Amino acid sequence: MTALLEVSGLSRQFGGLTAVKDVEFSVAEGEILGLIGPNGAGKSTIFNLINGVLVPNAGRVVFGGTDITGWPPYRVVRQGLARTHQIVRPLNDMTVLDNCVVGACFGRDDMPLAKARESAREILDFVGMADRADTLAQHLTIAHKKRLEVARALCARPRLLLLDEVLAGLNPTEVGRMIEVFKAIRGRGVAILMIEHLMQAIMSLSDRVMVLNFGAKLAEGTPRDVVDDPAVVEAYLGDPDIARKLMEDR
Amino acid sequence: MRHAMFWLIVATTAVFALLPAIGGDVGLRESLFLAAIAIILASNLNLMIGYTGYVNFGNIVFFGLGGYFGVWLSAVKGWPLLAAVPAAGVAVSAVALLFGLGILRLRGAYFALATIGINEAVQALVSNLDVWGGSTGIYLSLASYQSLGGARQALWIVYFLVVAVMAASLFLSWRIRNSKFGLGLFAIREDEDAAAVLGVRPATYKAAIYSISGFLPAAAGALFFFKNGVIQPDQAFDLTLSTEAIVMLMLGGQGSVVGAALGAFLYEQFRGYLLTSPMFSDFHLVVAGLLLLLIVLFVPGGLMGWLTQRWPWMRGKLQ
Repeated sequence: MTALLEVSGLSRQFGGLTAVKDVEFSVAEGEILGLIGPNGAGKSTIFNLINGVLVPNAGRVVFGGTDITGWPPYRVVRQGLARTHQIVRPLNDMTVLDNCVVGACFGRDDMPLAKARESAREILDFVGMADRADTLAQHLTIAHKKRLEVARALCARPRLLLLDEVLAGLNPTEVGRMIEVFKAIRGRGVAILMIEHLMQAIMSLSDRVMVLNFGAKLAEGTPRDVVDDPAVVEAYLGDPDIARKLMEDR
Repeated sequence: MRHAMFWLIVATTAVFALLPAIGGDVGLRESLFLAAIAIILASNLNLMIGYTGYVNFGNIVFFGLGGYFGVWLSAVKGWPLLAAVPAAGVAVSAVALLFGLGILRLRGAYFALATIGINEAVQALVSNLDVWGGSTGIYLSLASYQSLGGARQALWIVYFLVVAVMAASLFLSWRIRNSKFGLGLFAIREDEDAAAVLGVRPATYKAAIYSISGFLPAAAGALFFFKNGVIQPDQAFDLTLSTEAIVMLMLGGQGSVVGAALGAFLYEQFRGYLLTSPMFSDFHLVVAGLLLLLIVLFVPGGLMGWLTQRWPWMRGKLQ
C-alpha cells in the first residue's frame, strides 16, 4: 500500500499552549485510520492543520505526493481531501440538495451545475437521504444534519475523507446506519481518517488506530495492539477490563 | 419555470417602455423613471445583501461615482452618451474591485461600517477634486442634449436607456441566481468558513460580486445625472438613498429577484405619496425608518419571504 497522506513533524501552538506537538503518521490508499484520545488532545486541531483551516507552525502535510502544507481549505478540497465538522455546519437556508451541489460543484472535479446536481442526487441516494433532497437543511434532525455533512463531503469526490466525530450524539439505531454508510464509503475506495469517541465503532471499522494525548502521539497500531497498550489504558480507556471487552464485542 | 422568469422580465420591461410612450405621458414617464432607478439600485444591492450576505450600507457610492464619470465624460470630454454610460460602469467596477479587495476581509457590522466610510471618503475626495468641479460639481450645457435631438427627445432617450439598464439588472440577478457562481455566493452567505472548506474561494467571489454589483448602478447614475443636468457631491453620495435602497430590498424580500424589484417599485410609489402628502412630506424618512423596523421585526423575509412561507411551493417557482 502506498501512502495517500503523509504527515510529519506537525506542530501548532496557540499562544503558550502547544496543541499539537511533532505528530507523524500516514494514511494508505483505501485505509481507515481511527484517531482517538481524551478531550483536548488535539485531534480536531490536526484535522484543521491538514485541511488548511489552520496553518501549522512546523511540519509537513503531503497528500497524493503533493505538498499541501498551509494551503487554504478551498485548494485542499479540490485536491481530493474533504472533511466533516464536529459541530455540524449545514448551509441552513439552502436545500439538502443544494448543500450537496455546492460540494460537487467546487470539489475535485469542478463540475458544471447540471452535472453536479446529478452527482449530488446520486450521493444523497447513497447515504439514504434522497427523500430529503428538497428539505431546507435547517429543518433536519441532528442525525440527518450529520449525515448531510458526510454526503456533502462525499460530493467533492474525495480520495480521503476526514470524519470528525460523526457518531457523537446519535442514538444506537442511527449509529448503526451511519456505520453502514462508512463501510460503503470504504467500498468505494475512499480512505478515511476518523475521530471518534465511540470505541466499539472505531475498533470495528479501523484498520489502524492512533492515540493522541496532550498533543503528542501516544500509540499507534492495530486496534488490538492499541487497547492492550498500558499507556493507552491509563490515559484514555481507564480500565484494563474495557480493553478486553472491546475486543470481544468486535 | 426558468423561462417564466425570463418572460416576466421581458413583460416588465415592455410595460415600462411602452406605457408612457404610447400616450406620450410625461408625468407617468417621470414616475416610472424613478421606479426604474429604484429597481436598479435594489436589484444590484440584492447581489450583495441577499445573495452574499454582506450589507453594503454605502451602495450609493456606485451610483454617485458612476454619475460623476458619466457626466464628466459627456459634458467635459465630449463623449457621446452611449459611450459615456458603459465607460462609467466599467470605471466604477474597477474602483469597486480595488475597494473590495481591501474591505471584504471584514465581516458583519464591520463591513457595513466600512462601506459607509467608503461613501463618505469618496464624497470628501470628490468635493475637493478640481477636475470634477469640487463642491460645486459639474453642470451640463444645453449643447450636451443637442446631439440627442434636443432636450425633449433626450429625456425620452435617457428614459429608455434607464429601462434597458433596469432590464439588464433583473436579467443579471436572475442569471446569477441560477449559476454556479450564485451557488457559491449563497454558500458564503450561509457560512463563509464552511463554504471555503467545500471549495468556494470566498475572497475571489466576494470581490467579484462587489465589483459586478457596482456596474449597473453606475450606469444608472450616469444616466440619472445626465438627465438632471448637474451633479454635486452631496446629491451624488446621499446616504439616505443608500438606506432607502436597503428598505426597498427588505420590503420585497432579500435574495429574491422578484422581491427586490417589487419592493423597490412599491417603496417608490409609497415614497411618492409621502412626499406629496402635506402631512408626511417633511418626514418621509421617519416613515421609511419605521417601515424598516417593522419589516425586520415582523417579516424579516419581506414580501417574498412571507409568501413562500405561507405557500412553500412558490419557493421553487419564483426563483
